[in-house]
Amino acid sequence: MSAPTIESPARKAGDTPKRTVKPKAHWRERLRRDWPLLLMAAPMMILVWGFWWIPTLGNVVAFQDYKPFTGGILGSRLVGFTHFQVLFSDPEFTRAMLNTLGITAFQLVFYFPVPIALALLMHSIASERLRSMLQSVVYLPYFFSWVLVIAIFQQMLGGAGLLSQILRANGFDGVDWMTDPDTFILLVTSQAIWKEAGFGAIIFLAALAAIDPNQYEAAAVDGAGRWRRLWHITLPGIRPVIVLLLILRLGDALNVGFEQFFLQRSAVGSQASEVFDTFVYYSGIRTGDFDYGAAAGLFKGVVGLVLILAANKFAHMLGERGVYSKS
Amino acid sequence: MSSRNRPAWEEKPSAAGLAAKGASIAVIALLILFPLYTIALTSLSSGETVNRVGGLVVWPGDGITFNAYEQMFRNPVVLRSLVVSLGITAVGTVISVVVSILGAYSLSRPGSFGHKTILFSVLLMFVIFPGLIPVYLWVSAIGLRDNYLAIILPMAVSAFNVVVLRAFFMSIPQELFDSARIDGAGEFRVLWQIVTPLSKAVIAVVTLFYAVAYWNNWFNAFLYLDDSGKWPLALVLRTYVVESAPLPQASGLQDAPPTLAVKMAIVMIAIIPALIIYPFVQKHFKKGVIIGAVKG
Repeated sequence: MSAPTIESPARKAGDTPKRTVKPKAHWRERLRRDWPLLLMAAPMMILVWGFWWIPTLGNVVAFQDYKPFTGGILGSRLVGFTHFQVLFSDPEFTRAMLNTLGITAFQLVFYFPVPIALALLMHSIASERLRSMLQSVVYLPYFFSWVLVIAIFQQMLGGAGLLSQILRANGFDGVDWMTDPDTFILLVTSQAIWKEAGFGAIIFLAALAAIDPNQYEAAAVDGAGRWRRLWHITLPGIRPVIVLLLILRLGDALNVGFEQFFLQRSAVGSQASEVFDTFVYYSGIRTGDFDYGAAAGLFKGVVGLVLILAANKFAHMLGERGVYSKS
Repeated sequence: MSSRNRPAWEEKPSAAGLAAKGASIAVIALLILFPLYTIALTSLSSGETVNRVGGLVVWPGDGITFNAYEQMFRNPVVLRSLVVSLGITAVGTVISVVVSILGAYSLSRPGSFGHKTILFSVLLMFVIFPGLIPVYLWVSAIGLRDNYLAIILPMAVSAFNVVVLRAFFMSIPQELFDSARIDGAGEFRVLWQIVTPLSKAVIAVVTLFYAVAYWNNWFNAFLYLDDSGKWPLALVLRTYVVESAPLPQASGLQDAPPTLAVKMAIVMIAIIPALIIYPFVQKHFKKGVIIGAVKG
C-alpha cells in the first residue's frame, strides 16, 4: 500500500468546507509554524518507518527465489506466485490454517462470553472494597508473559504438576494435559481465560458503568425483577460494545497468538498446535526457506486485512459504530 | 465492609443468590492466586521438603528458607540475565515513553504540517503488519544481530500506546494551550509544562504497558541473540523452566541439575517486578484512562 501523500492546501480546504473557518495557510507558512511538531514526530517516524514500513516492503521476498547470501532482496530473481502455489498444496499449511480457524471458532464460543460474565459479576458486587479487590486480582495475570503462564500451568496440570501429584498420592493415575494433543484446544483456551479474561472485562465494565441508573429505577418501579432488568436494560446497554468486540475478533480470526502456541509446540506436537504464525516460523526461519515462509506470512496478512475491512463494513451495515469510520 | 448504597428500589438479594455470588468470587480469586501461592511457597522451601512432598509445596509449616534464591543467584547465567532484563526494560521503556509522548503530542494537532501522513503511518500499524520474516531479514541485514537494540527498536513504538496518549492530549482544553502560547511558550514548553503534568495517569499506564512488554519479551532475544551470554531472564525462564533444558554455562561452572525450588525461584523473580509496580498503576485502569482513550 502506498503511503498517503500530503494533500495540497487547496484540496484540503475543499474537503472539509463545513468546518473550515479560515482558509488553510500556505504550506510554507505552516512548515515555518509547525517545524517543532515535526521535530517531535521525527524519532517516532524513524522507528515506525525503520522497523515497520520498510520491513513491510520486504515482503517482496515472497515473490522471489530468495538467496540470503548470494543475492539478498535486491539481487534475487522474481518467481511470481510460485511459492503461493506450493503453499496451497502443502498439507502442513492446510493444517495450520484449519487449526487456526478451529481455535478461533472454539474460543469465540468458550472464551468470548467469559469477560462479559466476569464484568456482570463484578458490576453486581455491592461492596466497593470487595469489587476493587477482585478487579486487582483478575487483572493481574494479564501482565504475566506467556512463558510465565505456561510455566505456571505446567506446574499445575503437567505430568509432574500439582494435580498429578495429588492424584498419585491418592492412588489414582496422574494426568498430563500439557502434552496431550487431544485436549490441547481446551488447554489453550483455559490459559487464555486465566491470563486475559480479567483484563478483557474492563471494557464491558466501562460500558456497564455508562448505563443510566434511572433506567433501572424506572423498570424496578414498573415491577421488572432483576433478571428482566438484566435482559431488557443491561444487555441492550452493553450490546454495542459486544458487537464491536465480536466483529473485531472475527476480523482478527487468523490471529490466535503466536507465543502461546510456539512455546507448547514441542510438548504437544505440531499436529494440534501448528497455527499460521508458528508455520511461518518453522517453514521460514527454522529451515531457512525465507521466501516460502514470507509467502505464508503475506497470505495471512492480506487475508487478515481483508477480513478486518469486511468486518468493519459489516459493523457499519448493522448500524454499529465499527472500529473506525471514514471521517 | 464499606458498601455502595443499595438504592431503595433494588430488592434485597436472596440468601441463595448471595451464596452463589460469594462462591464464584472465591473460586475465581483462588484460581488465580492459588498457583502463585504454591509456587511462592515452593521457592521458599528446602530441597528436603520438596523431595518429601514429591512436588509443589501446598501446606506451610516446614519452615522457610532462601536456599533456592541463593542457589539461583550463584548461577552466573541467571544472575546476568536478570541484569540484562533490568537494563533492557529500563532503557527500552525510557526510549519508548519519550518517543511516544513526543509523537503523540505532534499528532494531537490536526491541520499541522504533515499531520495526515504521520497519522496514517501510525494508524495503519493496526491493520497492516510487516510479518515475521521480513522483519527478521531486515533486522539481521542492518547488523543488529547479537545487539540489544535488536530487542528494543522493533518494539519501541506501539501504535496502541501512541493513540491512547494522543486521545488524552486532545482532550485537554484548548484554552490552556492558547493562553500558554499567548505567553510566548513554544511547543516543547507547552508539552513539558502543561501537557505532561496533566497527563500523569495516562503516562503511568503507558509506561507500565511498555515496561511489561520489554520485561516479558523473550522472542526477539531468541531470534537475534545468538550468544546465550546475553540472554534476558524471560528467555532463561523459557529454556530452564518451561523446556527443562540445561542452561549453557558460560563460565564452565558445573551446576547441579535445577531443583524444583530453584525453578520456582526463577518464576518468582520473573513475576515480582510486575507485582511491585502493578498496585501503583492499576488504580488508573479503574478510572477508565484507557477506555476513554480507545473510545475517543
